Amino acid sequence: MAEQKKVKSSLALRSWKKLVRNKLAMIGVVVAIAMILASIFANIVTPYSPTKIDFANMTKAPSLQHLMGTDKMGRDVLAQVLYGGRVSIYVSVVGAVLGSVVGMILGGLAGWFGGKVDSILVRTSEIFLTFPNMMLVLILVAFVGQGVNNLIFIFFITGWMTPFRMVRNEFLSLREETYVEVCKAFGISDVSIMFRHILPNTISPIVVATTINIANYILQEAGLSFLGLGVPVTIPTWGNIMNAATSIDVIRNYWWLWLFPGLVISVFVLAVNFAGDGLRDVLDPKQ
Amino acid sequence: MRGELNMERGKTILEVRNLKTHFRVGTEDISIVRGVSFSARQGETLAIVGESGCGKSVTVHSVMRLLPKNGRLAGGEALFFDGDTPRELHRLEPFGKEMRAIRGRKIGMIFQDPMASLNPVYRVGDQVAENLLQHFKLTKAEAKEKIIEMFASLGIPDPGRRILDYPHQFSGGMKQRVMIAIAMICNPDLLIADEPTTALDVTIQAQIMELMERLKREQRKAVILITHNMGLVAETADEVAVMYMGRIVERGRVERIFHNPSHPYTKALLRSVPVLGHGRAERLETIRGSTPSPAECVTGCEFANRCDFATTKCKTGTIPAYEVEGGHLARCVLFEGAKELPNE
Repeated sequence: MAEQKKVKSSLALRSWKKLVRNKLAMIGVVVAIAMILASIFANIVTPYSPTKIDFANMTKAPSLQHLMGTDKMGRDVLAQVLYGGRVSIYVSVVGAVLGSVVGMILGGLAGWFGGKVDSILVRTSEIFLTFPNMMLVLILVAFVGQGVNNLIFIFFITGWMTPFRMVRNEFLSLREETYVEVCKAFGISDVSIMFRHILPNTISPIVVATTINIANYILQEAGLSFLGLGVPVTIPTWGNIMNAATSIDVIRNYWWLWLFPGLVISVFVLAVNFAGDGLRDVLDPKQ
Repeated sequence: MRGELNMERGKTILEVRNLKTHFRVGTEDISIVRGVSFSARQGETLAIVGESGCGKSVTVHSVMRLLPKNGRLAGGEALFFDGDTPRELHRLEPFGKEMRAIRGRKIGMIFQDPMASLNPVYRVGDQVAENLLQHFKLTKAEAKEKIIEMFASLGIPDPGRRILDYPHQFSGGMKQRVMIAIAMICNPDLLIADEPTTALDVTIQAQIMELMERLKREQRKAVILITHNMGLVAETADEVAVMYMGRIVERGRVERIFHNPSHPYTKALLRSVPVLGHGRAERLETIRGSTPSPAECVTGCEFANRCDFATTKCKTGTIPAYEVEGGHLARCVLFEGAKELPNE
């Protein structure tokens, strides 16, 4: 009999093997994790402080002492990028995860109960979606002021709709699955069916939405800080470092001040996108 | 031993009387189940047969109170005998605590498509455990032991390891065994099987039916089998209810139904089943016409338009059930004069 053939494998192991086989995803995961670790352990990676002003070494081009050069006040750019990564990654990851969690819960409720609950939640999400995003962000910044946690709040408020809609749509189709009826037929409660049985089946689109949001928030943070509206300039973030490049003089003469932070942002965003793509394939229960 | 009339019959587990179910479609309220009565007894299989759309599944889903949002119980009773106390299923809140405590614990259900009945993201052992732990206070280790035991008794090889597998690692027949395990793990008194073998091939079908036979015989379970497969009915049923357009048109012991089919629909149904020894040149009979829409049937016999014996009487009023012989009834004017059974 075919079923006697022993396929000894756990889902985790199988998923891991799948991920390893997917080269692009693997590169994404490795690069993203390496950058996150480098940021977390910035104090070990670099001897310089990102805020220490050194007038003896102003706007030095990259050298062995300063791999990415120094800025106009003699601060080490590599140190700034590393310490800046802490804040940038923290803001984008927490903002995206928060948005996904809230979107997941609301999406589950809307998709499962349907009817009025669904209409109200969908209309609400549509209001948020149809309002020009940048304007919403600017208005919110004006209201809550600048700051790391305020930025997270803004990202969450403007970003929960994508995961919400994805989860809702998945729920609409999954709640008609036979195994949901089976659960009902065995007296399992609504809450348990929703969150224990249906939700795990929606995880792959959520992962993708979350990674897309992370990448998006990194860029938004950079954009906002570049405009001077994001995190206060005293805190180094990838966006704030780029802020230095607002003058023509810097762009023309001090390429390392904008090229390196720009590259770091691009590489991180790409890595997160690749990793998300790979994770979607790995986590898809239908495969 | 089927067929012995003097055999002492098992206790009644489920008694359904004049059950009616309506579905709202747009603004219309369509009657799908139009007054169905039957009972399920310990150690017996009741087969509900009929073509697609005749209301077989809706009937049992009504009893289980698992109707979709646009369906509602419009009348009748469903009594479930829990020990000696009758529980009025038709009065319970469909998704309330009481009903949920009966589902799975007292009444187990097996579904048509084993491929889609298991959640792809959980180990099969955990899915069986879920039903068990929902209704009993057991430790994980105790539950595991029970599940391994159940898997072994259902003929799943190497149960200790198989409980750790995911549904995609199982074949269709094995998945249906897992479903039976989920249905049986709480030791319910009644097992409802909604076309349990339709999605499986014939050899697996035989194994699964054999398994259900054993449960019925050895553990004295009451079984309700929904099917459109007459062969399966002949083989496993003790009592047969033939449904057409939301009504039971004929009901009786299996040997009576097959030896003396009385309602024209039952006769036509039996003639349209291929049997071994069927002549090559003979054509398989079909029932002329097609199933009407449930909204069209308002008065008279639902089968009248397709029936060879139809008279003007068939088109008006409500056709009562007549007793053809002891314990065998047919809802047809051909038996006018026989004893009427107004409660059926």
